[in-house]
Amino acid sequence: MAEVKLIGFWASPFSDRVIWALKLKGVNYEYVEEDPYNKTQLLLQHNPVHKKVPVLIHGGKSIPESSIILEYIEETWPQNPLLPQDAYHRAMARFWIKFGEEKMATICSVFKTAGAEQEKAIEEATEQLKIIEEKGLGDKKFFGGGGIGLIDIAFGWLAYLYEVVEEVSAVKVLDAGTFPRLHAWIQNFKEVPVIKESLPNHQKLLEHLKRRREIHLALSNCLD
Amino acid sequence: MKMAKENNVKLHGMWASPYVKRVEIALKIKGIPYEFVEEDLVNKSQLLLQYNPVHKKVPVLIHNGKPICESLVILEYIDETWKNGPPLLPQDPYKRAKVRFWTSFVEKELFENLLLVARSEGEAQEKAIKVVFEKLQLLEEGLKDLFQGETYHIDGETMGILDIVLCSLFGAHEAQEEVLGVKFIDPEKFPLVCSWVTALTEVTAVKELRPPHEKLVAVLQFIRQRALQASAA
Repeated sequence: MAEVKLIGFWASPFSDRVIWALKLKGVNYEYVEEDPYNKTQLLLQHNPVHKKVPVLIHGGKSIPESSIILEYIEETWPQNPLLPQDAYHRAMARFWIKFGEEKMATICSVFKTAGAEQEKAIEEATEQLKIIEEKGLGDKKFFGGGGIGLIDIAFGWLAYLYEVVEEVSAVKVLDAGTFPRLHAWIQNFKEVPVIKESLPNHQKLLEHLKRRREIHLALSNCLD
Repeated sequence: MKMAKENNVKLHGMWASPYVKRVEIALKIKGIPYEFVEEDLVNKSQLLLQYNPVHKKVPVLIHNGKPICESLVILEYIDETWKNGPPLLPQDPYKRAKVRFWTSFVEKELFENLLLVARSEGEAQEKAIKVVFEKLQLLEEGLKDLFQGETYHIDGETMGILDIVLCSLFGAHEAQEEVLGVKFIDPEKFPLVCSWVTALTEVTAVKELRPPHEKLVAVLQFIRQRALQASAA
């Protein structure tokens, strides 16, 4: 079996998605930690266009972009399928994965803002989360149905990263009262054994994001 | 074995939308008969809002009553559902990943920035133009890698999702040059991209679906004027 290597960053939700998919499929891989603020030659060699993590290297072939990596993993290791079999439900899955990626910046904009701007950010984040809960998740246990799948993996950042974003930004958006179904999904998601054992350390994430928010706000103040 | 009448395909779209064009090209390449439903995007129909409640946009493909939204999602759905026609994606997972990578690149890096060029003027536009040239350079280099090693070739009649998306962006490059006054598809700067776009515009399905030049110029001018007025307000 050809060697599998993953270049990732411990705090990146895009990196985590790939780890979860590999683990759910029982694929052995070597993990290489990359500091995105100090990029190595290895990363630049394997992702020359975007210079970002994660990058999967399988038998010497490089695959960048987490959503593309997820589809590659699904096609290469068909055991424990993470996408439905029929084309219509696969299309639904891809629709929601795309939606989540497009709206991530809006949902996380509370992190980059303060004051009145942040109030607006909370409203916009709430609006997108409502769509995700009502139309994406609905009354299902997982986004894909009874078991964890690619949509859940793609939205995984909502289950562990977002609460850190909220804490650091001193806001509460995704509260149990407003989003009971998403909250239930978060609990179910975190209980999946592969996920439970793979989540990054909460305290470490908190410190990391605190630093990033400080830097970001300081820069925005300079640019005003 | 499904009977022909069970394959009822409707496409809700708008004649000038490049996203809709992608789906039309794919349906034609695959030889799938469909009914085109023209939507008024200023006065959206109840049907459209029902079929695409999340984005309220075209294109929407309705296959036997089930709606599928988002052009790239629709293209993959078409490829997975109609296996008889020419494939829109290669079989090999690594080649599929490469095609999806460059399709995503064209969609996010080129499409978005070209829209910016169309909607801006002065310094903002110059900046956007510079970005498009940078992205085209990256695509030009990426094509050298794609075209060698047999991942890719243009045979004149079939198209895959990357061809379709690139064509939906630059197929109308002559209209873009006329309205924006910038030549992006430049054979000297980007010989591979240019020869590829030119070959794609000659594919029968593309020729049959291309609106007249004057209409494309008019719609692009309209989009530009409206955007410039909105930003001036």
